[in-house]
Amino acid sequence: MSEDLAINVRGLVKRFGDKTAVNGVDIAMPHGQVWGFLGPNGSGKTTTIRMICGLLRATEGEGETLGFDIRRETEEIKRRTGYMTQKFSFWTDMTIRENIEFVARLYQMKDRKATVDETLETLGLTTRQNQLAGALSGGWKQRMALAAVTMHRPKLLLLDEPTAGVDPQARRDFWDEIHALSLDGMTVLVSTHYMDEAERCDRIVYLANGKKVAEGTVQQVIDRSGLVTFRGEGDGVRQLAERLKGRPGLDQVSYFGAALHVSGPQADLIEAAIGEAGGKDVSWSQVRPSLEDAFIAMMTEAGTDPRVHA
Amino acid sequence: MTGLSATLSRILAVFMKELVQMRRDRLTFAMMFVIPIVQLILFGYAINTDPRHLPAALLVEEQTPIVRTLTTALETSGYYDFILQTDDPRESADLLARGDVAFVVTIPAGFTRELLRGERPQILIEADASDPAAASGAIGRAEAILSRALRHDLKGPVAGLRASPLPFELIVHARYNPEGKTAYNIVPGLLGVILTMTLVMITGMAMTREVERGTMENLLAMPARPSEVMLGKILPYVAVGATQTAVILIAADLLFGVPFAGALWLLVLGVTVFVIANLAVGFTFSTIAQSQMQAMQLTFFFFLPSLLLSGFMFPFRGMPDWAQLIGEGFPLTHFLRLVRGVMLKDASFAQLQAPLLAMGLFTAIVLAIAMLRYRRTLD
Repeated sequence: MSEDLAINVRGLVKRFGDKTAVNGVDIAMPHGQVWGFLGPNGSGKTTTIRMICGLLRATEGEGETLGFDIRRETEEIKRRTGYMTQKFSFWTDMTIRENIEFVARLYQMKDRKATVDETLETLGLTTRQNQLAGALSGGWKQRMALAAVTMHRPKLLLLDEPTAGVDPQARRDFWDEIHALSLDGMTVLVSTHYMDEAERCDRIVYLANGKKVAEGTVQQVIDRSGLVTFRGEGDGVRQLAERLKGRPGLDQVSYFGAALHVSGPQADLIEAAIGEAGGKDVSWSQVRPSLEDAFIAMMTEAGTDPRVHA
Repeated sequence: MTGLSATLSRILAVFMKELVQMRRDRLTFAMMFVIPIVQLILFGYAINTDPRHLPAALLVEEQTPIVRTLTTALETSGYYDFILQTDDPRESADLLARGDVAFVVTIPAGFTRELLRGERPQILIEADASDPAAASGAIGRAEAILSRALRHDLKGPVAGLRASPLPFELIVHARYNPEGKTAYNIVPGLLGVILTMTLVMITGMAMTREVERGTMENLLAMPARPSEVMLGKILPYVAVGATQTAVILIAADLLFGVPFAGALWLLVLGVTVFVIANLAVGFTFSTIAQSQMQAMQLTFFFFLPSLLLSGFMFPFRGMPDWAQLIGEGFPLTHFLRLVRGVMLKDASFAQLQAPLLAMGLFTAIVLAIAMLRYRRTLD
């Protein structure tokens, strides 16, 4: 198919028994970009990623990863992609060096010793190379895993919630690394629950109940959600929140720091609800909905009308 | 008092939680009921330390009414089942070496004539004493059976022969293990038992450990084919099996003085096939078990009947037909025949083809199951 697409899958379906985990997902992702893969737990992100990298066989649908058929040419795909699993999946009873060396062997890397040395050096783990991988902290485990899955210079990098449970500083460093890899020409698909991470991506794909609900830049996704958000600030917001919840036209009432965000599809209904609820010391202003607002709206919508196309 | 009731309610909470988890773990639950039942049936019905109906060969060089009386008496005693009657000693010796018969009863030419003349002719019973326990009952009773039978036939002019001593001489040759040492039987057998126990368990756990820790996904995401992962995982344990074999054989020689009558290459071949068979079982278990714990339980479930029904602990021929049939399904049964055949009997390759083929067939079937299961578990 298209030469310039790193991932090109159409109508992917995966069923486990009578449970449908992924239900007709299309992804057409060009080379060299960083895409975010979002959606609530159990929405099918991991299953989709596994089908893309040839780890799971799609029940229905077809497609190519890096130009190779996802059903028949999984060997070729595996050789050219790096996949970092959600849970740390390196061998905790092997040292850092032994883990890296094992990966280097599996990918038949030339100059294995030099490559491993270099990888450890870049990671900053040269002095700790003989420690067991299980002794590393969460952030270091992620860095080691990233180094291990990128050592063979894959064209495509698939990261499944790489920063779950990692502290903010480590998270930031991790993303700097991803952007550096992307500048080198690597294509990166990363699933995440963090909105700030989503905002670092060129495009985002949003899954819910195994279906693609939205796709586009962050701005496009927010705009297409059709959401209107008002922000209320002042001393009385906490009491006000309880009174606002459940009023017609209000999909969400939630805190953003000290302020209250109220969102719904129609501005006039929200204004009416705010007016009725009163609240003396609260000042209201219409703001740009955040990505999180948009997602929560989409999740609610996906429950009733799952077939919303971006 | 409140302290006590609080304690009780906390114990109850943990008790209820255990019950819930026990019920969820179907395999463990099943094992708790199946294992005792299997043990009851095996120990209660299958095991018999005084085996009867042992296959025997009859080497007779003359046919007279007295010879017929004697052979019929042996057969009706319930201890000897003659599956072959021949006058060719090579044929009967071959059956004994293969382990197809437990005894060869030889009545030489001129027996009747010498008996009637009061010359005390000899009857020879050659017993396969590679399993001394199995043969002892039948041997011990042979004299009584034969003399009682003759008492009927020795009438009229030859009635005087009925007086003791016996009118014939019974010679017993305990072949392959003349001193009847149980160690000669147990130690080679132990090789099979130890290999079964460790190899099935280790391979069963080695794969489930990857699954349990989540490292399996990583392995499969890298360019390694399932068959490559499987082979790479199994090969180190082949080396473990080889080491165990060497240790046991050396100990058999140095500590127990077990003879090694046969060809080493034949034993190596047999051990290799047997090791592969057990690794295949372990690998299949790892595709079924969800956890290392379950892999252990499956191993035990395989090991227990192997031990009891293979002829290692109790004479194989002492078991009822149904139990022997199940026993034939375990590679250990065939390995025991092979290892005793090589070490004690100096059996030839041709004589050991049957156990080799049986183990090979077993391996092929189990590997086919493993491959089918393994493909499915990827998804």
